[in-house]
Amino acid sequence: MDWLGPEEWQAVRLSLRVAFWAMLASLPPGVLCAYALARWRFPGRQLLNLLVHLPLVLPPVVTGYLLLITLGRRAPLGSFLEGLGITFAFHWTGAALAAAIMGFPLLVRAIRLSLEAVDPKLEEAAATLGAPPVWRFLTVTLPLILPGLLAGAVLSFAKAMGEFGATITFVSNIPGETRTLPSAIYAFLQVPGGEASALRLVALSVILAMSALALSELLAHRIARRVRGA
Amino acid sequence: MSLSLRLRHSFGSAGLDLSFEAPPGLTVLFGASGAGKTSVVRAVAGLLRPDEGRIALDERVLFDSGQGVDLRPHRRRVGYVFQEPRLFPHLSVRGNLGYGRRFARAGKSQDFDRITDMLGLAPLLSRRPGALSGGEQQRVAIGRALLSDPQILLADEPLSALDTARKDEILPWLERLRDEAGLPILYVSHSVQEVARLATTVIELEAGRITRMGPAVEVFSDPGFTPSGTREAGALITARIRSHHADGLSELDAGGAALFLPRLAQPEGTELRLRLPASDVILSRRRPEGLSALNIVAGRVVSIREGHGPGALVAVETRAGQILARLTQRSVSALELAEGVECHAILKTLSIAPGNVGSG
Repeated sequence: MDWLGPEEWQAVRLSLRVAFWAMLASLPPGVLCAYALARWRFPGRQLLNLLVHLPLVLPPVVTGYLLLITLGRRAPLGSFLEGLGITFAFHWTGAALAAAIMGFPLLVRAIRLSLEAVDPKLEEAAATLGAPPVWRFLTVTLPLILPGLLAGAVLSFAKAMGEFGATITFVSNIPGETRTLPSAIYAFLQVPGGEASALRLVALSVILAMSALALSELLAHRIARRVRGA
Repeated sequence: MSLSLRLRHSFGSAGLDLSFEAPPGLTVLFGASGAGKTSVVRAVAGLLRPDEGRIALDERVLFDSGQGVDLRPHRRRVGYVFQEPRLFPHLSVRGNLGYGRRFARAGKSQDFDRITDMLGLAPLLSRRPGALSGGEQQRVAIGRALLSDPQILLADEPLSALDTARKDEILPWLERLRDEAGLPILYVSHSVQEVARLATTVIELEAGRITRMGPAVEVFSDPGFTPSGTREAGALITARIRSHHADGLSELDAGGAALFLPRLAQPEGTELRLRLPASDVILSRRRPEGLSALNIVAGRVVSIREGHGPGALVAVETRAGQILARLTQRSVSALELAEGVECHAILKTLSIAPGNVGSG
């Protein structure tokens, strides 16, 4: 990777790390939200649905600002968490959090769609065979939604790689800490002579995004074939 | 092990209100669709919570609204064979069969071979459900339910989604199950053929209530039991194959009366169940002579039930058991039939269709 300068290389590595953790950390709550929305009837279900989808329609800068005023150093919740050793403000974990929240609607949507395609009658059958609820989910539902889960995870990863507005508002643009690919491209475009670096990162973004999509298609196809069984 | 059940439940306008005891053997819940059969079975499995009632397997209480007992479905130890197989598509046949075994009581490992053997599943073990025929899938579903080591087997019209050939493929397995598995079976059906062939006990439901209940042989020879109109009425009798004759007929012994059927495949000594549709039974006051029919049994009229139309159902007690005959009311008066009158029942041989012949 000699064609990337150290600064550019740093942004790529940071972006990959931020996107990876954003995706991984949002999977458990994503599955839970999707399951609740697809299977349970409870008061506040519509409100949850709305909250999950909110980042999709809010301007990203608003989401970022809301994060800043709740989790910033001077915000009560932010300082409480910092006391516990959990820092988000102006830290790469904050970038991961912002990216996770922005990708959350896409993740939940993909999982929910595949959950709705799984016949609840199969879970009922598993119950009559003696399987407790968590075991039913792990052995019947989860394997059957794996293609959707994977598609959702890739979408969430790709979204995290490209997240800009909420990230730069919440955690700023600190080289090596919060300067992800899009922030780096933006920064390079602000300085004279930065176009070449920006272009290289743009090309890299395109390649990364396309290979992520191709990989997910391939995996989803394989898993779907194995799950359906023939 | 027997099931005792009492429940009351309302679904908007309709409702369930019934109680029964299902003794060991196969108890059929019989009735038109919408009568509440499936709801009863779902309540036993814990998939439907009745408004009120009590469900117990011998001493083990599964549900009791009075004492606030409501075991979760996975703690009830019921095997449930649904209308559709509901096999797990991502698991092999072996994986499906093994699914419930993890939760079954220990020390039952020899059951796997016995049950796969009984249901003829050994050649299918490594296949995927998607690669099986409908009949094979349903057999796997039955095996899967049995291998969860249930205390009762629930079957909700397990054959209704199958064509006649597939039904004929599974019925013998169900008969073996009833005779060999030694656990009570609660079986939902609206098919007279299935009930006649499988039932030990029959419970007839109508709009959520029990209209008739008793041992199958008794219920079927009751002239009041006319599922879906008189045309389907018919008695059920049991007989044993005495010998196979060279002219292509098999001779059966039904309580001392000799009956002849076209050559049967079962070996001599096999117990069979014969269904005699009431419309295929002719009555005669004198012993008929010069008649081509082979199967004639003497008996005595025990009841005559006249319907709204021109027909009447006559119950005749014979050595073979109680037989039902559908006659016109005109014939009833022409023959001067009344309770206690001696007569002969002529059973048209060919009317005893193979589908109505079952062991048990």
